[in-house]
Amino acid sequence: MTSPLQQKLKINGPVVVTANRLADGVVVYRGEGGWTTKLDGAAVTTSAAVAQELLAAAKADGLHAVDAYVAPVQVTEDGRVRPGNLRERIRSSGPTIDLPLHALRVKADHVPVR
Amino acid sequence: MYLYDELDRTLVGERVAEFRGQVARRLSGELTEDEFKPLRLMNGVYLQLHAYMLRISIPYGTLSSAQLRMLAHVARRYDRGYGHFTTRQNIQYHWIKLEELPDAMADLASVGMHGMQTSGNVVRNITTDQWASVAPDEIEDPRIWAEVIRQHVTLHPEFSFMPRKFKIAVGSSRHDRAALRIHDMALQMHRNGAGETGFEVMVGGGLGRTAFIAKTIKPFLHKRDVLSYVEAVLRTYNQFGRRDNIYKARIKILVHELGAEAFAKEVETEWQSIKDGPLALDEEVIADIASRFRYPAYARLDDSPPELAEARRSDRRFDAWVGNSVAKHKVPGYAIVTLSLKPEGGTPGDVTAEQMDVIADLADRYSFGEIRVGHEQNLALPHVAQRDLPAVWRALDAIGVAIPNVNLITDIIACPGLDYCSLANARSIPIAQEITRRFRNLDLARDLGRLHINISGCINACGHHHVGHIGILGVEKNGEEFYQITLGGKADEHATLGTLIGPAVPYAQVADVVEDIAAAYIELRERPDELFIDTVKRTGVEPFRERVYAAR
Amino acid sequence: MPLVKQGHIVEDVFVRVLDDAPIPDGVPVIVTAERFLADAAELAAREAPLGVLWPNNRKVAELEPWLGRLALVALIFPKFRDGRAYSQARLLRERYGFRGELRATGEVLRDQFLFLIRAGFDSLEVTKAADAEAFAAAVSTYSVFYQPSTDGRLAVRRRRLPPQTPAAGREAQETGQRHFEPR
Repeated sequence: MTSPLQQKLKINGPVVVTANRLADGVVVYRGEGGWTTKLDGAAVTTSAAVAQELLAAAKADGLHAVDAYVAPVQVTEDGRVRPGNLRERIRSSGPTIDLPLHALRVKADHVPVR
Repeated sequence: MYLYDELDRTLVGERVAEFRGQVARRLSGELTEDEFKPLRLMNGVYLQLHAYMLRISIPYGTLSSAQLRMLAHVARRYDRGYGHFTTRQNIQYHWIKLEELPDAMADLASVGMHGMQTSGNVVRNITTDQWASVAPDEIEDPRIWAEVIRQHVTLHPEFSFMPRKFKIAVGSSRHDRAALRIHDMALQMHRNGAGETGFEVMVGGGLGRTAFIAKTIKPFLHKRDVLSYVEAVLRTYNQFGRRDNIYKARIKILVHELGAEAFAKEVETEWQSIKDGPLALDEEVIADIASRFRYPAYARLDDSPPELAEARRSDRRFDAWVGNSVAKHKVPGYAIVTLSLKPEGGTPGDVTAEQMDVIADLADRYSFGEIRVGHEQNLALPHVAQRDLPAVWRALDAIGVAIPNVNLITDIIACPGLDYCSLANARSIPIAQEITRRFRNLDLARDLGRLHINISGCINACGHHHVGHIGILGVEKNGEEFYQITLGGKADEHATLGTLIGPAVPYAQVADVVEDIAAAYIELRERPDELFIDTVKRTGVEPFRERVYAAR
Repeated sequence: MPLVKQGHIVEDVFVRVLDDAPIPDGVPVIVTAERFLADAAELAAREAPLGVLWPNNRKVAELEPWLGRLALVALIFPKFRDGRAYSQARLLRERYGFRGELRATGEVLRDQFLFLIRAGFDSLEVTKAADAEAFAAAVSTYSVFYQPSTDGRLAVRRRRLPPQTPAAGREAQETGQRHFEPR
């Protein structure tokens, strides 16, 4: 809620590192040596040291993703990873409201002309 | 409306080319994010929760039909089929891709539109009353002056890296419809004793963490001196505005810390040195800019044509709409039509590409090709002949922008909030949506009368909650969304900041609280036509506080 | 850090002298504001060119009495986003008529070149070598300018007026004070 970019690193449970993809702003999560759009594919840790490392690697990869930070998650009994607060829920699944009626179709695979 | 000439178009085209280069250098890694971010901000490109957001400038809220069609095209091609009109008369797209931005900007440049200086520490879009040039109580068209200033501050070499953003508004009616007094600088046109028109200059307004109403530092500025005086204010701010703390960097803080008088003196000293230099506006230059504004060739029509009266008699819904959404025009036989972008359950200010296209067509047919954008996040057709109102209404009704709730409780102003914005602490849109559901009954809404609700999802106050009759501010407490409620704010010529009525209430209770406040008003008002805001002023917030917190 | 002067990458002939170091004879030097003001008369009297590094939070009006004897004034952009030196530059050129070398130092990046030139700087200590090489391209990004400035380019509103009008003529005179054409 308060932008995590302004928070000190504090680990209070499982976290991931998340950012936005440079080219299109899509939400991504830090996985093994790269980025994934799927929260389930993210590297989850409860260690501040590991989180710090992931964050450093993420920040060093400014060519692919920007504004990386550490975000809380919840891990379910069957091992699925879920967003840890409302902000991350919204980032993960989109606005909590319906987009305007006629806009529900999402363009797939748009190819820029120029 | 202003017609871009070759020179204006060239500048915008050069800006697009420059930005294309900057995006390429960013994508290749030649520019780091730290170096690129201020550059993209200067083109109105934000990174939000889900995607990039593009803010396009609509200078003084005036659009041509061609421009509106292009906005629809951009929504379709580069976004998710809709756009969002903001509290500064701009439009935002919330799903833009960085790599497609140069193409989107090139498309917009073809109709003279751009995102220049809609973000960053520069002078932002200069706003005016959306009824400029058609309001009966206007002295002169304020947009000419907004344009004079706009050109001067665009890519200004001295003022492109100021301590913080700088928002200017220009007004020219007795009744302030442009919220002048919450701007960093505002110019209000007056006529002096000698019959000359000039400007009262106010500075230091602004909302956010520390809210201030602007103070008059120059009671009467001659037209000739507008640019040099603006320059003097900006130069004073650029040199002395705080740069140590982002929350203390606006000019309102400088004015507050120096005192308005001392600040006015600094500006005056600077101004005396430059007022007779190249920035002095002679008649020629003013006339040149004024000549680039096109005004409609109005027909000679009578007020209240019989077909209008007949239509009002025979259709109650049409009658209600005329009574609510149609305002008097300075030219006989014409009217100003407001399009409500506040449908029940909708997002305030959102318009689909399809709606935009229809509105553009209607503008061509019925409004001399012109549309206006208001800071209340509604649109207007400014030049509709009264005899055309029935046809216009039918067409607007068919696309859902003829709800007769303008200025009523469901005509809510709201920022995008946590559903979109990375600065937000809480959501604002669902709050607005629920309120529109609770007050969907138009008889009830009409009975409550003029009632402005403003909702902000964080203290940055993009929803202008401080100056709402009812202000709602989202905050975070222990990971939950809570909302502070204020009452009695005003954004007009009697600008006032609202008063907090008590502790923040949880998300699920906000609509209930608004219902309690509405019920309290009905009980407390002296007569049915005592406006909500006047009741609050008369009784103070205490009776409302009691009612709201009795059971909480 | 390459120095771009009048549009070309050049060797810097000026030597920056620290506050506690002796000032070499016969060499163009740049000293800090504190040092200069402590010894202004003496320093200004030296034969070899003298430059002053002026902080961005101090009024340039203090320098006015000495401008005729300064070969160079260097202004500072601690971060490129801190734009105070743009105002200082314009005041030096337009208010106080400074004709010597006006140098931008600190964080000086490509995307600010045109603003810097139009504000009156004629030399830039450019932070990145690649940016220095791209100078000519960077300053020809725009051909249209809304504001009058001392770089000789005519502002838009004057370009729109027929050249014979008195207003256009007056402006051409005022803005033609310093003419700088990048190559």
